[in-house]
Formats: sequence, C-alpha cells, structure tokens
Amino acid sequence: MIFLSRKWVLLLNRFGLILAKTYGEKFKSKAFLITTIIFALSIIVGTNFQTIMDSFGSDDGESGSGEGWTVAVYDEEGSVAAALEQQIHIVNQNITIENSDKELEELERQVEAGEYDALLTVSLQDSGKISANYLSESLSTNGNSADLQLSLQTIQSNLAAAKLNLSADELATLNMPVAFEQSSFLETAKSEEELNEARGLVYIMIFVIYMSVLIYSLMIATEVATEKSSRVMEILVSSVPPIQQIFAKIVGIGLLGLTQLAFWAITGFISIRFSRDSLEGGIYSLFDFSANSIETISFGIIFFLLGYFLFATLAAFLGSLVSRTEDIQQMMMPVNLLIIAGAMLAFYGLADPEANFITITSYIPFFSPLVMFTRVGMLNIPLWEPMVAIALTLAAIFIIGWFGAKVYRGGVLMYGNSSSFKDMKKALILSKKEK
Amino acid sequence: MTLHINQVTKRFGGHLAVDKLSLTIPEKSMFGFLGANGAGKTTTFRMMLGLLDASEGKITWNGQSIGYHNSNNVGYLPEERGLYPKMKVKNQIIYLARLRGMDKKEAEKELIYWLDRFKVPEYENKRVEELSKGNQQKIQFIAAILHKPELIILDEPFSGLDPVNVELLKDAVRDIQQRGATIIFSSHRMEHVEELCESLCIIHKGKPIVDGGLREIKRSFGKKNLLIDADFDLTYLHSFPDVVKMKKRMDGVELQIKNEEVSQAILREISGKGFIRQFSLEEPSLNDIFIEKVGASFE
Repeated sequence: MIFLSRKWVLLLNRFGLILAKTYGEKFKSKAFLITTIIFALSIIVGTNFQTIMDSFGSDDGESGSGEGWTVAVYDEEGSVAAALEQQIHIVNQNITIENSDKELEELERQVEAGEYDALLTVSLQDSGKISANYLSESLSTNGNSADLQLSLQTIQSNLAAAKLNLSADELATLNMPVAFEQSSFLETAKSEEELNEARGLVYIMIFVIYMSVLIYSLMIATEVATEKSSRVMEILVSSVPPIQQIFAKIVGIGLLGLTQLAFWAITGFISIRFSRDSLEGGIYSLFDFSANSIETISFGIIFFLLGYFLFATLAAFLGSLVSRTEDIQQMMMPVNLLIIAGAMLAFYGLADPEANFITITSYIPFFSPLVMFTRVGMLNIPLWEPMVAIALTLAAIFIIGWFGAKVYRGGVLMYGNSSSFKDMKKALILSKKEK
Repeated sequence: MTLHINQVTKRFGGHLAVDKLSLTIPEKSMFGFLGANGAGKTTTFRMMLGLLDASEGKITWNGQSIGYHNSNNVGYLPEERGLYPKMKVKNQIIYLARLRGMDKKEAEKELIYWLDRFKVPEYENKRVEELSKGNQQKIQFIAAILHKPELIILDEPFSGLDPVNVELLKDAVRDIQQRGATIIFSSHRMEHVEELCESLCIIHKGKPIVDGGLREIKRSFGKKNLLIDADFDLTYLHSFPDVVKMKKRMDGVELQIKNEEVSQAILREISGKGFIRQFSLEEPSLNDIFIEKVGASFE
C-alpha cells in the first residue's frame, strides 16, 4: 500500500511539473500575450461598433443613409405629388418632397448639379395606374427609391378604392396585414422566437469551439514536435511515461486556452456594460441571451472540452510522428479538415437542425462536439441523445489516447524525412511489447 | 545493484540489431561499451532504459527491470544531444532534474556546483541555443547526472569536446563513480575507455566479440607490440617469422608480434647491425584489439 501511494505521488508530481511547464512557458511567451491583447481589442471594437460608426457617420450628411434626402417631383397633373408628400412622411421622414413646376430639363440639370438628390417624374393615367421615373446621380440602393415606390403603390390603391366608392373601413380591411404565425408538429422543434434566440448563442459557441480546437490542437502538435526536433524527447520519454506527458501537455494547453477565453469573455462583458451602444436592435438582437441559454452554455462547455480533448490527443500523437516542426502543417492537414467539416455541418445545422445527415453526424465522435451541440442548442431533443454522443466521444478520446501513447513512445525515437502513415506502423512496431 | 543483460536479442522487422547479448556489469564499476557505427550500442542502451523492449531475453538491474518506477535512479546522456533550445539553462536543468524526482532547492544547489566545476557559471541564465556545441554538451552531461542516479548511461559523452573539456569531464565521471554510481559509456575513442574502464565489451553487428576486464582482454589477446628505432633499415623484419604486422614510423618500425618470445629472437637478429635507439615491448592498445577484432570480421 505504501509503495502504491508513493507511486501515485510520483505520478502526480511529474504530471504537475509538465503541466506547469507547458502552461507557464506559453503563458509568458510574447506570441501568446500579443494574440490575447489583439483579440481583446477587437472585442472592444466589436462591442462598441455602433458608437464608433456613428462618430464617423455624423458629419457627412450628403451621402448619409437618407438624412435630408431631397427629391424633386415633376408632376404635370399635380394630383399625385401632394398625396406623395403626405404618404412619404409616414414611410420615411428623411425624404423631403419638393413639388416643382419648373421645366423637366431644368430639373434634370439641377439634379446633375447636386441641388436635388433625385428627380421623380410621375403621371397618373386614365386607367388609374401611376407611372413614375426615378432619376438620381447614382443607383446606390439606400432604400429611398423603394420607399418612394411603396408610397406610390399605396396612393394608387387608395385612388382605386376611391373610384370603387369603398368606405374607410373597407379600405382598412383591404390594407390589413395578414396574421402569419409559424408552428410545427414536431415536438422537438422550438418556436420561431426561441430559435432566433438560440441561434445567436449557438453561433457564437460553435465559433469559439471551432477556433479554439483549431488553434490549441496545433499548439499541442507544435509543442510535441519541438521537443522531438530538439531531441530533448529522448530524455523526457525515459523519465516520464508518454501517456502522462501527452495528457499533462493537453491539460496545460487546455488551461491556457481557458485562461485566454475567460479573459476575452470578461473583456467582452465589461465592454458591453460600458458600451454606449443600445443593447436592443442592431447586432444584439441576434445575441439575446435568456431562457434556455444556461442549458445551452453548459452543453457548450462540455462539448468544448470534449472537442478539445479529442483533437488535442490526435494532434499530440501526430506531432510525435514528425521530425521537424516544418512538417506539422502537413501532418495536421487531415485533422484540420475534420474540424472544418464539423464546423460546416454545424453551420448548416443552424439553418436546418432537423436534417437527416445532421442527426447522423451528430453521433460521430469527430463531428459531435460541434454538430450535437448545434442540435442541443437548436432543438428540444431528449437528454439521452447528447449523453450518447458524449459517451461516444469520450470512448474515442480514450482509444486515441491509448493508441497515441503507443505510437508516441515509438514515434519519438524515430527520425526520418517523411511523415506518413507508414511511419505510424513503424512507430508502433518500435514500441510494441514483444513477449 | 548489478546490471544483468541476459541473452538479449532485438529485431527491427527483418533486421537483427542485437544478437543474444549477455553481459554482467558489476555494481559501482565503470564499463566501456565499444563498437563500430551501427553495431547496436544505442539500441542496447535504449533497451537498458526500457525505451525499447527486447525481442528476446531480459535486462535486470538489481533483479528488477528498468522502467518508469525506477527512472529516478537512472541518468541518461543520449547520443543525439537534446535540450530545449529556447529555455534557459537553469530552468531547463531544474525541470529535468525534478522530473527525475529531485527536490527543487537541492537541484539549484547542485547546478551551481556543476556549472562552477565545468567553469561555466555564467551560463546559468543563458538560453541553450546561445551556447557552443561543446558547452551544450556540458549542460547535457549535467542534466544526466544532477539527480545523483545510481546507474548512469552515457552514449558518446566525449564526442565534440576539446581536450581540456574532455579532461574536465573525465574527472567528473571518475568522481561520480567513486561516489558509488555504476557508469556505462560508449565511445569511439579507445584511449578514453582504456583510461577509465575496468571492464569493457566490444560489440559488432549486435554480437559481443570481446568482453571482460581490460587487463584480461589485453593479456588474452596474446600479441604484443614491439617498437624499434634504429639508424639502419628495419623494413626487412616484415618477413621475420611470427611478425604479424608492421607499421613504419619516423625513425623505425612498430611490429605486432605473436608473443613476447618473438621479441628476443628479433633482438638477436638486429643486434650488431647498427645503432639501436629504442627497443621496447609494449602491451597492445585497445585500438589494436578493436581494429583486429572488428576489422577481421569485416573481411
């Protein structure tokens, strides 16, 4: 018993040492500090986006989105222009209508000279149809022409109604919007309102999981390959069992990643608090955290950890197969493709979470961290579904970890130019226990 | 604390790297492990350390196999030097020593002692990549022995060092052995082995071809070297009976003779022919034995 406990102390000691070294070295590195700060700055910029845009936008009224947009209206009969002046006031207050009695050529010249922003020629035909011609310096779609068109459409309808002698009530019925609501037979479906709410949060979390898995697994592979290329690995592998080294490194980089994410999350939170941007409307309508968000965030953290451990383990053992750090990119290619494929499935799942292939891929370990998370976030699926995916992913982590440790032991003793799957076989043979 | 290598064979696929190697390395001894390039030295070391498993046979130290349970008592200087290039000497050595179970405070103290002893105290806070190759090697050596292991395996410890540093390192190795450690090292430089080791083994193509105490090996080799410097031509001794080999020297010849008695016959032969400046009978050098044994199996 005493021997066993001493062994465990030894084990934990070494694990802790490698973990602390991995974390400490990276944490103190300039690259880490710079990335963290740059991203934090971009978060601050992002959360204050509207304030910053407004400070740029306030002093250029000319091309501003509809501010003081003056339209000259040329109307021979004069019956439409007056109605338009009233109607446009309801639709878009920024547009000023000037009913002009000048000659058409004169007005065109004035538009060209910039005295007016646009020229609208309208005429009412006997059939009750309004025809209009919109002329402006550029065809940039700032929505003003659409607003004008909408207003004219209403005027035309009103004129037609008047012709038919419709009462005010009848006219109101005619213009009444349809009451349109969506619901679904599927009990897993969330209401449209819930979906929109969930989508923003799930979107952010998919992005965070995707980016961190991509970045931190590369970090692990680089770490392992550096130890191998500097040949310090032979000393390490004779001191500490490979499986311990792998997991100590993975946990170390994982903690580093969490430190970074926590720092960014806090920066984002504080920045939003102090931001002058209104939290309603704009981009924030996407990210309306409430109701189901606690559950979604919890699953997000679980799937983040699973995804990280799975890909980090894979990266560690692939890193042990290359002899030079330059070969890492090549070796990591298939891993990156897996991550990217998972992200693409997940983003598709945001739009159509019920799709068959989304359901299927959500159980495949390499995809489930992203895809199952999307389903959990977007649908009301029974708890056993994510649980099965979690169990499968855990199993995959253990299998890759076990297999990886075997390859690692052999791989670190092997130095060659190529970095292929033939090497993996060779590494396995090298580390094989022959009885 | 004896290291037993018992009928150990290692195959890599179809390639036979070590072939039924049996050795006994007594406790607290200094053991030389010689062999041409690719003879299987590094593979044997890796098997001793438990980095590779033997295909057949067993290696035990004090009755136990060597592995992670006793790696705190083992020190290893790999043939391919390896340290973290960007890490400072101090941090790195202490990290490696702690991985082998050493206390941090003690490691710091020992490091200062060794850096002083190797006359490089100023390297404590330098990054390894800033050091010259020879100095990196000293640091590597410190990394192998700092945690006071009882079994030390040094793969080519003297390669790449200048004569002054070789002496520093030899002294260190001797001291560590006197402190009670068992040291096994490989080298291409026969004179280092001759100077340091009580016993040795020469392996060739995975097989031991010479094994035992240095004195016995030399004695059982039988052949002796005879150095003669004279003012007259000695090259005709080449065809003298029982002369195995002849090498010309500046002022004479070096003969390898079958046994000591031959020297007396030669002395009788050349006496009176002219002025003889030197006539000395010498033990064969390890170099001669190595070339003879390894070279013979090349032919």
